[in-house]
Amino acid sequence: MTAMAPSKQAIPRQQVEEFLYTEAALLDAWQLGHWLLLFDEDAKYEVPCNDAPDGDPARDLMLIDDNYARLASRVDRLNSRRAHREYPHSRTNHQVFNVRVQDLPADELSVNASFTVWRFRAGRTSCYVGQYHYRLRRSAGGFRIAAKRAELDMTDLRSVGDVAIIL
Amino acid sequence: MSTAVEPSVTQPTEVAAQSPLVVDDPVAQRFRVHRSAMTSPEIHRSEVERIFAKSWLYVGHESEIPEPGDFVRRPVGGRPVFMVRGVKTGNVNVFHNTCTHRGALLCRQDSGNSKVFQCFYHAWTFDSEGRLKGVPDRDAYAGGLNFDDLGLKRVARVESYRGFVFASFDPGIVDLHTYLAGAKDYMDLVIDGCGGRVEIVRGTNQYSFDANWKLLVENSIDGYHAESTHDTYFKYLVSIGTDLRGGVSGRAIDLGNGHAVIEYSSPWGRPVAKWEPLFGEDARTEIDRLRSDLVARNGEDRAHTIAEVNRNMLIYPNLIINDIMAVTVRTFYPPAPDVVDVTAWELAPVDELPSLRQRRLDSFLTFLGPGGFATPDDLEALESCQQGFVSGGVEWNDISRGMGRSPVANDEEQMRAFWRRWQHQMGTAADLAGAR
Repeated sequence: MTAMAPSKQAIPRQQVEEFLYTEAALLDAWQLGHWLLLFDEDAKYEVPCNDAPDGDPARDLMLIDDNYARLASRVDRLNSRRAHREYPHSRTNHQVFNVRVQDLPADELSVNASFTVWRFRAGRTSCYVGQYHYRLRRSAGGFRIAAKRAELDMTDLRSVGDVAIIL
Repeated sequence: MSTAVEPSVTQPTEVAAQSPLVVDDPVAQRFRVHRSAMTSPEIHRSEVERIFAKSWLYVGHESEIPEPGDFVRRPVGGRPVFMVRGVKTGNVNVFHNTCTHRGALLCRQDSGNSKVFQCFYHAWTFDSEGRLKGVPDRDAYAGGLNFDDLGLKRVARVESYRGFVFASFDPGIVDLHTYLAGAKDYMDLVIDGCGGRVEIVRGTNQYSFDANWKLLVENSIDGYHAESTHDTYFKYLVSIGTDLRGGVSGRAIDLGNGHAVIEYSSPWGRPVAKWEPLFGEDARTEIDRLRSDLVARNGEDRAHTIAEVNRNMLIYPNLIINDIMAVTVRTFYPPAPDVVDVTAWELAPVDELPSLRQRRLDSFLTFLGPGGFATPDDLEALESCQQGFVSGGVEWNDISRGMGRSPVANDEEQMRAFWRRWQHQMGTAADLAGAR
């Protein structure tokens, strides 16, 4: 039997999962200022339209296409009392499953995961289901988000109305 | 100044209601709408019969089906139809989406390209012009099958204006050009502002909420709510360096036949062709070039109207074309008195430079759509109104703002134009006696 070739550094799925759970907990606690700190300043946050999940923000209409500045404005807006759709806030429960991690060059990771985000407000229940695609950067403290994209599996937004919360 | 177009000759006279739900009192300068117009199941049933079955309704844009055999399917007036470009004729065909045999939906994909449409149930086959081409075991019909009688059923009337395809289920309706009345000129401004050739951008907003559809009509052409409801959007504009001085100012115009528009200047930028900080410094020269092209083609006055003036337009009863920080085309239908299904697209110039397209997309989704900084708060406002109606105690909505003066853009004259036409078309069905 030949010895196995020395493998690349193992892909740290458990660490990635821990990171995603922390992110979900910050969103569910409405600690949006802290949540924003997970992102690098060149980061993107995207949600494509339901009928074009492969949507390219340079060419296609997206539901959300935030660079860091717009994402920071989204957080400011949601933290104010004037984002009427989210004041008072929904209770949310961000659930992350089926996490797969792939190494990328330059100390980056590609992470795919399934999500279910439950939203409860004023007697109404909404459920968002889809796939997360992250690009994470290894950093001293763990990871930083370079890109987060939430592709929805629902065929439309009829049952949920809007995407005023952060997925 | 209001430049109302006479809504008279094109419309058959309806018998008027004895106690109308819409009370227009020019003497007292009071305009009121009874809230049962938004809550009554009887009113909703009558709207389906008297309005949605008797108006021109937007189906889609020709740019969605550029090639022979291209199709899209969608509900129009709550009924499944599909629009296909005929392979033989190149015409835009709009068919009832039902097999002439025993009813199954024939087109079961949202969009695509096909020369033939085969029903999966018994394999009857039709071509893109609607002709029945194939029936398995044809010999079983002893008397023979009349293929001509069994072609796909076209929606009674289909006409288009500059690429915007409309259909009506009423065979006797006036032609589309007459129906559109003063709205045609404003569609021209939108289309000419995009260089004359426009397309629907890929990606659709399809969302629903729990309020009456007429509240969305009002909201889509309401200048009055912008500052209060959309405070967070204006704060965002300030944060990226937009100068809010000057605010929103303009006028409201009745375009005839229930159509109406508000046109106004605003602090936000417009991809054609008003620069603002969101677009970035390097965009200034491109915007300046677009602006001078507009002047060359349209003259200074019309170029100003195209470039700097916003338009929120209702095409009665359920099409909105808002030419604001981007152009949105929005249609909606009420499956129930307190539910509205919205479908919205972005309209843009064909062959737009990538940098300009990017700017247009940014402008659109920051304000508009289910993930924007404004639309979710509109949904909250309209659902809030609908819930307020349930409380009772107050019977009437007041829509008098701006009566007795030349209506400005944050008055309510454009809504009154809609409601007058609505009351007229509903006739005796919009009566207090029948709406409880």
